Amino acid sequence: MSDEIRTEQKVTLVTLVDNRPGVLNRIASLFRRRNFNIDSLTVGRTHRQHVSRMTIVVDARLANVNIIAANLRKLVNVIEVRVVSDEPHVSRDLALIKVRTDDPESRNMVTEICERYPGRIVDMGVKVAIVEVTAHEQQVEAMIEEFRPIGIVEMVRTGVVAMGRGVRIQDTQYEPPIMRAGTRENGVQQTIL
Amino acid sequence: MMLTGSEILMECLLREGVDVMFGYPGGAILPTYDAMTKYPQIHHVLVRHEQGASHMADGYARATGKVGVAIATSGPGATNLVTGMATAMMDSSPIVCITGQVPRAAIGSDAFQETDVTGVSLPVTKHNFLVMDVDELAWTVREAFHIARSGRPGPVLVDIPKDIQTASTEFVYPEGEIVLPGYQPRTTANEDELDAAARLINEAQRPIILAGHGILMSGAMDELLHLVERSGVPVALTLLGKGALPESHPLSLGMMGMHGTATSNHSIQQADLLIALGMRFDDRVTGNLATYSQHSRKIHVDIDPSEINKNVPVDVGIAGDLRTVITQLLPRIEKQQRVDWMARIRDWQEDDDERDILHHDTGDRLLGAQVINDLWLHTGGDAITVTDVGQHQMLEAQYYPHQRPSTLITSGGLGTMGFGFPAAMGAKFGLPDEEVWAIVGDGGFQMTMCELATAVQEKTNVNIAILNNAFLGMVRQWQEFFYEERYHATPMFNPDFCLFADAYGVPNMRVTKREQVEESVAFARSIQGPVLIEYVIEKEDIVYPMVPAGADLHAMIRRPKPGERANA
Repeated sequence: MSDEIRTEQKVTLVTLVDNRPGVLNRIASLFRRRNFNIDSLTVGRTHRQHVSRMTIVVDARLANVNIIAANLRKLVNVIEVRVVSDEPHVSRDLALIKVRTDDPESRNMVTEICERYPGRIVDMGVKVAIVEVTAHEQQVEAMIEEFRPIGIVEMVRTGVVAMGRGVRIQDTQYEPPIMRAGTRENGVQQTIL
Repeated sequence: MMLTGSEILMECLLREGVDVMFGYPGGAILPTYDAMTKYPQIHHVLVRHEQGASHMADGYARATGKVGVAIATSGPGATNLVTGMATAMMDSSPIVCITGQVPRAAIGSDAFQETDVTGVSLPVTKHNFLVMDVDELAWTVREAFHIARSGRPGPVLVDIPKDIQTASTEFVYPEGEIVLPGYQPRTTANEDELDAAARLINEAQRPIILAGHGILMSGAMDELLHLVERSGVPVALTLLGKGALPESHPLSLGMMGMHGTATSNHSIQQADLLIALGMRFDDRVTGNLATYSQHSRKIHVDIDPSEINKNVPVDVGIAGDLRTVITQLLPRIEKQQRVDWMARIRDWQEDDDERDILHHDTGDRLLGAQVINDLWLHTGGDAITVTDVGQHQMLEAQYYPHQRPSTLITSGGLGTMGFGFPAAMGAKFGLPDEEVWAIVGDGGFQMTMCELATAVQEKTNVNIAILNNAFLGMVRQWQEFFYEERYHATPMFNPDFCLFADAYGVPNMRVTKREQVEESVAFARSIQGPVLIEYVIEKEDIVYPMVPAGADLHAMIRRPKPGERANA
């Protein structure tokens, strides 16, 4: 499967973090301060209200992944860190590619490329079309190379998201303490003066 | 009970055991200063510059092991704390800095005295908080103290908007254990790690222990002593590790690194095993990493997992609390004498002794090394010394052996000039029964000497020893060695420090001859409150030995033996 293909130097870390303001800044600041190079970083919510999930891809030739993980774990708002590229996993990258389709030949080529890749045309105009592709990063890159001679006029990628296969569950029971006065939740003993 | 945010803050500080805080008022923190009047149990020390407050909190924390507290207003008040936070961060010192912030509605509007201090302090704090809900304040303060003092300690900042300080809410103190899922320091080693470490120690022929600040922070002095005496392994200390093992112990080799003893550095380079305990292989102790202790296996124990394999790859890395890990390790260690290895070390020590400036005839000149040695002698080697940064700091490390932990307080990691005097005041507030000496240079003292007014106002019984060579001495030394003696921007015009002390009504004395040093100690001891002693020392002295920055650890510039020519 294409998912098991891994370029040697790319390492993917998945971290669960507190979903609160400034956490992305703390991660970004750490990478900048320690001079760790980020290949891509994506953030999004999870099924838990208080937890966000980041997928971070780094170039292992430039930094020791264990040191990066240990530094991430030192951040109070980072709940868990796993190097998912050390285990079977699925990774996906999404791209929106706006490509020139102002003559029949280019239009045919775009349609034909989309049949060979997990891509589809999501907007077709007279002059340009938007192609959406969701696939392994390398496949997305291959598709982009095919579009290049036709004429890419605009493009955006989300960066890689990843998840361990099967029962390799990366989740947390984390709930932040309820700080409201007078409440008695999460087993936190409180005394009212 | 309905309380304001400011009152809640004070209630929480009381419950954390805070008895003194160092700070400076201003618009955005005024509600809290007003609330202080209801809490006379917490003494507030009015500094003359917020940097002084942060260093005082740091000195207090290092002397007592408790969390030091500094408080300042928004904007410039907050930014002035930054150097102190960075200093505490590098040396893992537990302080909590409380700053006022503009009201929530004004945040982001470039309001008067608004600074994004959580943003500014992010890389120099262990963690920080901006409190946006008064109901979260009590929790936040608890978490701040917990994070500051646990694991690898460090500075934590709590930024509190003015309208949070004035808002009222039902005060509920959150009791019970704090559980932060993303913050659970590992403390114990597993069996495999212990077996591997013990095997290396028992089999080594030329082992050396590198003892650092972690021994002191963990309170593992007794455990280290047991380990040393059972295993027969000699100990080199980092600057902040001084006091981890009494320096009079026959297996103590003194400090390692750039200005460490040649014996320590030779031992490290020729060792077949390094046992690094609570230290982090800073470049000032390793020199060139490519040639650092090339033929040794390495064990590294540290509370912070990110330190292991950071600078020096190790064979056995154990993330854990030193007191726990050494206790776990002890039953596995065989008793040994290591006669051959110690014989080699004694040879190096003899050579060190021969080169020691104290054994040379130096004529009438008063040298920094002599001043420090005589301060050590006449204070009975038992004072708490707090240094600034530079030549006097390295001379302190070389000539003031410490028998007890936490009796040397110094800015090791960040090398913050201006740290010494305010940190000494903080130490004195924490340990009022101890004799505290601020040992500073003429350069560093002038960075924070405004705090002399604070010392007078507070009647702080701190002794200030200024080693005045009218130079930025350490920089001058580098210029002499590496910049062909171009002494640019290092000669200092200085005020008359005794007249300066007079202006504050501070008793003072100028020492120009070695025989006056004893008298100066007696004079300092006779004064209640601050006292300033200026030691006018040799202007162009050099701290030997010296490993040039980035050079091999064994490639030290040595002081010539008597009759030898300098080769520097």
